[in-house]
Amino acid sequence: MLADKDRIFTNIYGFHDKSLKGAMARGHWDGTKGFIAQGRDWIIQQIKDSGLRGRGGAGFPTGLKWSFMPKQSDGRPHYLVVNADESEPGTCKDREILRNDPHTLVEGCLIAACAMGAHVGYIYVRGEFIREREALQRAIDECYDAGLLGKGNKNGWDFDLYVHHGAGAYICGEETALLESLEGKKGQPRLKPPFPANMGLYGCPTTVNNVESIAVTPTILRRGATWFSSFGAPNNVGTKLFCVSGHVNKPATFEEAMSIPFSELVEKHCGGIRGGKDNLLAVIPGGSSVPLVPAEQIWDAPMDFDSLRALRSGLGTAAVIVLDKSTDVVKAITRISYFYKHESCGQCTPCREGTGWMWRVLTRMSEGRAQKKEIDMLLEVAGQVEGHTICALGDAAAWPVQGLIRHFRHEIEKKIDAYSANPHGEPVRIAAE
Amino acid sequence: MSVRRLAPDEVQPASFAFTPDNLAWAQKTIGKYPPERKASAVIPLLWRAQEQHAYWLPKAAIEYIADMLDMPYIRVFEVATFYTMFQLQPVGKKAHIQVCGTTPCMLRGAEALIKVCKSRIHHEPFHLSEDGDFSWEEVECAGACVNAPMIQVFSDTYEDLTPESFEKVLDAFARGEKPAPGPQNGRHGSEPEGGALTLHDLPFNAASPGGTAVAEKPKAAPAAPAEAGPSAEALVLAAREEAEIKAKLATLSADATPEQKADAVGSRPQGLPAARDAKADKLQRIKGIGPVNEGKLHALGIFHFDQVAAWTREEIRWVGTYLSFPGRIDREEWTVQAKSLAAGGPSAKE
Repeated sequence: MLADKDRIFTNIYGFHDKSLKGAMARGHWDGTKGFIAQGRDWIIQQIKDSGLRGRGGAGFPTGLKWSFMPKQSDGRPHYLVVNADESEPGTCKDREILRNDPHTLVEGCLIAACAMGAHVGYIYVRGEFIREREALQRAIDECYDAGLLGKGNKNGWDFDLYVHHGAGAYICGEETALLESLEGKKGQPRLKPPFPANMGLYGCPTTVNNVESIAVTPTILRRGATWFSSFGAPNNVGTKLFCVSGHVNKPATFEEAMSIPFSELVEKHCGGIRGGKDNLLAVIPGGSSVPLVPAEQIWDAPMDFDSLRALRSGLGTAAVIVLDKSTDVVKAITRISYFYKHESCGQCTPCREGTGWMWRVLTRMSEGRAQKKEIDMLLEVAGQVEGHTICALGDAAAWPVQGLIRHFRHEIEKKIDAYSANPHGEPVRIAAE
Repeated sequence: MSVRRLAPDEVQPASFAFTPDNLAWAQKTIGKYPPERKASAVIPLLWRAQEQHAYWLPKAAIEYIADMLDMPYIRVFEVATFYTMFQLQPVGKKAHIQVCGTTPCMLRGAEALIKVCKSRIHHEPFHLSEDGDFSWEEVECAGACVNAPMIQVFSDTYEDLTPESFEKVLDAFARGEKPAPGPQNGRHGSEPEGGALTLHDLPFNAASPGGTAVAEKPKAAPAAPAEAGPSAEALVLAAREEAEIKAKLATLSADATPEQKADAVGSRPQGLPAARDAKADKLQRIKGIGPVNEGKLHALGIFHFDQVAAWTREEIRWVGTYLSFPGRIDREEWTVQAKSLAAGGPSAKE
């Protein structure tokens, strides 16, 4: 288990003092001015050296992303936008940062803003997180009062940070949809290119980062890139917040080293699988949009980007959803399918129509009211949705369905057989002669 | 995609305007964005309007905000119908229950909560209950998956629910109270049930460059505390007191909050607004205090051993009842332990 001294988020459960004073006592906001003084190139190099990959799901190297921002401003302002629209089912890590350890994020915003030449930042918090955004606003207000943020602040980088919020749309977690929403429109993703680093918020150079990616950067600078990269397997380094939900004895959020085996994750932190190891059916290892992995493949797998990709799934947001053998796996995936149907923004036809179609077919399949040839048809349609939409929501809707058919086709067939053996719940009454 | 429409004309109010407070707040919010980008404030303003107007958004409010931000009406209607947290028709006066039904909550029993909603409120979502006090809907993942299943009511979440505890929450709303939000099974937040397994070695210095974090170790023990337990006489007195507390509690209604119960039997100890020097003592070193109760004590403003050591009889009764541990503080001699710890002595746990 990761030692407490190596945890970046020292108040993730909120047992300690959440105020600026408390955060400073735990080591935050220490030496920030010195990092700013070293300049943007140094900061970006440190983050590149640390091997930090974005924590919002795609795992894109954070330092590299920052370096895409124009070196010289062409007169347009630069913007930092933090994606706190945490809505991927299974994911609840950013919530803990926002409500219990917000100073990690606020300090990270100042450093990231310096690294990309931005003087204004917006944190887009999902609409449901009302108490969370209040806590975040309190932390920002404290920093203004203490002269750590704002114009002419003590840290030597003029920076204004604002909290913005959404109102319940999963799609706004997609970076360009988030920018649209922040501009006061419907959250419908934009075509790329142009990429946000050239044309982002209000047509200006913008970088959008996940909360956790930004919140870990001050500690990386303080303790050094080599410290951070000493955890985890090569190319998958660092510490990471994991949220384990579903059928474990004690669901929880906690920080662990990357590449920790799944077995250790559930046995050391979550009190094991409900009903014991043999009761494990499958795991959705990275939030609802990644394909599930059956028990025998996941048990010893290291939890990181590359290992899970080799299992044809992904680490995503490290939101681990555990399914035990009592689960009706077809129904569980049908519910995920409904989620994507509900959250599709309606812009691209394959996604708008495809998500609803897949959900309707899966609903029938979960009752057995289907034909076996429809399983292949479903797989084909999922393949037609995947990769044919502006944003990745189409992919995210297709992958769970593909994962289900890949690993649990027999479960669907079993349901169809059971239904065709007795299609009527009640015996059919036949009129007497 | 979800297709949503405005409420019929019969229920739409004729006009809408922000209260003076909200108007001032709106001006401040618009100021967060560049002057020519006022439209950015549309979601926060619509949300404030919804909060002001009994948690649903009438047509008049949408038009009012469009005028305020110089936006065409259709653009604001688009926003109001696209984002599903905007309620376009009246919701329950006392509570609008949003049950998360997405897979992580479904796996932990969200369907049972929906069943309760159907039987208690209305068999269809978005319909008012007969008295108009309640309404419900199934929402998509609300982001509290490790505390599943959960519901959201206006600004607060109620987590780790069972059908029974959910009914209790509903009962409290029905009485016009506001039940305490958060996990309903004794958890503090997202730590594993039964207490956090990590972050015990605090405070430490995460700041030291180069990663030489220094855990603060408890000081070496000067002398072991006396092993003698409470005297027989004290035990008799404690038992008598316990009976007295029980009798008093029996007069309260069954669903009284821990605070109401505690107030009935003792007096609340004076708390501090924050730990002195932002450094709380590790109350868990007192045998009998776990992470959950430590969190509860912190919430009461109790951070230091000397505070515990100074509790009077009345205050011990209050805290014991509040933590629903009648008599345990005496049995485990928290005050004696705290006195010794405050003087730098060892913990009975270690």
